[in-house]
Amino acid sequence: MISESVVELSRWQFAITSLYHFLFVPLTIGLSVLLAIMESTYVMTGREVYKDMTQFWGKLFGINFALGVTTGLTMEFQFGMNWSYFSHYVGDVFGAPLAIEGLMAFFMESTFVGLFFFGWDKLTKGQHLLITWLVALGSNLSALWILVANGWMQNPVGAEFNYETMRMEVTSFSALIFNPAAQVKFVHTVAAGYTTASAFVLGISAYYMLKGRDAAFSQRSYTIAAGFGLAAVLSVIVLGDESGYTDGEVQKAKLAAIEAEWHTEEPPAAFTVVGIPDQEAMETYHAIKIPWVLGLIGTRSIDTPIIGLSEILDNNRLRIHSGIKAYGLLQQLREGNRDEDVIADFEAIKKDLGYGLLLKRYTEQVVDATDEQIEMAVKYSIPEVAPLFWSFRVMVACGFISLFVFIAAVIVSSIRRCRVDWVLKLSLYAIPLPWIACEMGWFVAEFGRQPWTIAEVLPTFLSASSLSEWDIILSLSGYVVVYTIFLVIELFLMMKYIKLGPSSLHKRRYHFEVDERGL
Amino acid sequence: MIFDYETLRIIWWVFLGLLLIGFSVMGGFDLGVGILLPFLGKTDTERRVIINSIGATWEGNQVWFVMAGGALFAAWPTAYAVSFSSFYFALLLALFALFLRPLGFDYRSKLTNKKWRDNWDRALFVGGFVPALIFGIAFGNLLKGIPFHLENDMRIVYFGDLRGLLNGFSLLVGLVSLSMFIMHGAVYLQMKTVGDINERAKKMVWIFSLSTMVLFAIAGYWITVLDGYHIVSEILPNGPSNPLAKFVKREPGLWLDNYGHLPGLMAVPVVAFVSALFTVIFSKFNRPGIAFVFSALVVTFVILTAGCSMFPFLIPSNMSANSSLTVWDASSSQTTLHLMFWVTIVFLPLIAFYTSWVFRVLRGKVTVELIHKNNHTLY
Repeated sequence: MISESVVELSRWQFAITSLYHFLFVPLTIGLSVLLAIMESTYVMTGREVYKDMTQFWGKLFGINFALGVTTGLTMEFQFGMNWSYFSHYVGDVFGAPLAIEGLMAFFMESTFVGLFFFGWDKLTKGQHLLITWLVALGSNLSALWILVANGWMQNPVGAEFNYETMRMEVTSFSALIFNPAAQVKFVHTVAAGYTTASAFVLGISAYYMLKGRDAAFSQRSYTIAAGFGLAAVLSVIVLGDESGYTDGEVQKAKLAAIEAEWHTEEPPAAFTVVGIPDQEAMETYHAIKIPWVLGLIGTRSIDTPIIGLSEILDNNRLRIHSGIKAYGLLQQLREGNRDEDVIADFEAIKKDLGYGLLLKRYTEQVVDATDEQIEMAVKYSIPEVAPLFWSFRVMVACGFISLFVFIAAVIVSSIRRCRVDWVLKLSLYAIPLPWIACEMGWFVAEFGRQPWTIAEVLPTFLSASSLSEWDIILSLSGYVVVYTIFLVIELFLMMKYIKLGPSSLHKRRYHFEVDERGL
Repeated sequence: MIFDYETLRIIWWVFLGLLLIGFSVMGGFDLGVGILLPFLGKTDTERRVIINSIGATWEGNQVWFVMAGGALFAAWPTAYAVSFSSFYFALLLALFALFLRPLGFDYRSKLTNKKWRDNWDRALFVGGFVPALIFGIAFGNLLKGIPFHLENDMRIVYFGDLRGLLNGFSLLVGLVSLSMFIMHGAVYLQMKTVGDINERAKKMVWIFSLSTMVLFAIAGYWITVLDGYHIVSEILPNGPSNPLAKFVKREPGLWLDNYGHLPGLMAVPVVAFVSALFTVIFSKFNRPGIAFVFSALVVTFVILTAGCSMFPFLIPSNMSANSSLTVWDASSSQTTLHLMFWVTIVFLPLIAFYTSWVFRVLRGKVTVELIHKNNHTLY
């Protein structure tokens, strides 16, 4: 049995490295599309300023992209290195979308990104534009396949357990792709990426406008970012991730935990704006509630109930009991028993096997689990409410403030000669908001799935590799040190190029260059 | 389904080999160029020539490596799980070294400060040297077998440590890989450059082709006395992937078994050897294009030699031989292999097509004048 601290350290390492990776991913996804839009405008209008925009924002894209690629490698290695039981147990299903991502998307993105930077003189206008769109398509398709894989972890459809190989195997690939959890996640995440990139371009353009630099360049950038960003942030909010929470037991538990919905209410349920959730008492103190809202958002109907946590716990207790039987039968099968009745009995209840595995946290002899151990496992079968409750609310708040910023920005940029300093300042200071929202959203999705890595199938504490504590302490410190250094370097370069602005293109027509000639 | 399970498993063994060869041929010269950078480039401009010879393409080339890992995960999940968790610190080192490449290429020339650039040059050297060595060491350890055991619920228990990986034979294979990638990178540089760098690269081709031949020959001799593995129980090529259902023996010289059954296989190491010879000859006579084809063949056939010796073993265990992973018992399900077969058949040719188009667009020599002319846009 692997120790609790090994599992905890592995989780910290995965959380830190993936949250860090996700600092760069949304910007890559969104900025690649913005670059393609800017370059399309250049090709259609023939005006050089749009080419300069593509090249300048492309430089910043490059600085960000380098770290995205760097930290993405870690993710691919880490499943095998730190989560080897997970890799064995679900690789048949989970590995496929990752491999397809490589073949269909990452290859295309990485092969063409070099031509995006160095192909300006070697390609016709149309060819280069095609390259830029292919880079954007590649990074967006990447997101699709990664989220198909991740969606399967949330709602594992299209696969079943095979006792002979002791792992999950694909039964329906189309179910895997059209998994509602994955579809919703994809739209939500990609739109969040578009919002992030728009806020980035909007804020930096606002900075140039406030400084009175490069008016033609910065105003056009600002306008494109404002329009694209408003559309994006509206999609993020309207096509919220929550609509995917109606499928799958663990998704339901996640939704109930986010909302601190302790007991099932008469539909449509009320939305708790703020409050202090208490998991022991299963109650939320000082709650401020808006009637109806949660039911409408969560189920898109007025008569479907949102299942509360106490009902979920009751249901999980039943499934743990059934899971104990499934585990007992599996033990017989693994010892070579091929009795038809045993096989039939196991096949009938194997969907509860994962719940039986939850008991392994408390006893090696799952079949002999005491009532006390079962109760501990029941309690452990839902996520911690408070962190989810709060991170979700921070995410939503960031989303709505961003919406306000983009509305103001669209108004300012669509009225001729209207320059409102406070909106520009707001645009600048709002840059971090989408990043905070993205990180919080990722946390909600992953922490909300606990105690599972694969919902209802494989508990997190069983998924880790059999490493020692020191192995992971060493690797984790290595990641923290190296990643910190990289982030400092990246921010330093990013700031330097942002300050230089389009003059970094050396086209001899931008701020700093013009001044120098004047002297 | 048009293929039975046995055929699909063999196809996926071939695909995995193809991706590894793809990475070694495409990413291999990038690693070699990174290693040669501080030695062949005496001035900043010369170094920029070297970096820009691969500047626009290394990113795509590296995906072959990512892809080999992804294919291992999808088609051989248990092998992915065992190898990545067992080589924990070795891979961590390779990973940290690989980190330096995207940053080195993209960040180095964004500032003119000399210290900044020198440090990134060192980083690019490390980013080539360490992975090139570690991939070889890892292969050496695969040939020796690694100390892992599979429990009844398929949990992997590993008994080795980093020092155990650094044994004589594996270090030798590490040197084969290092020398081979440097040779490959040098040939590439000879092809893409003119003048001084071209001359220096030529010298390197000579040195590292010869050392590759010598090291490969020693490794070949060592294999004859090294412990190999053999399945002694009945093989079920169409059975479920359960590595615990077989018996394996371990004895010196068993890795030569396949050559005994199919003497024609001896051609594989011979082609590797002869190609290295032709690499030197064509490089000497200033035909680096042809020399490059031969050095790609060296890389291909060295990897094929390892594959032919080990088949059907993927990862033998020297601790509990029966836990060894083979082509017949460590693959994904038939459904997944079949699906991934079609995905690969569609996309791999497409990738080959657009990659060669990109190389065609970027054809031609990289020169000092070109760097001066595009001072602000090139790496």
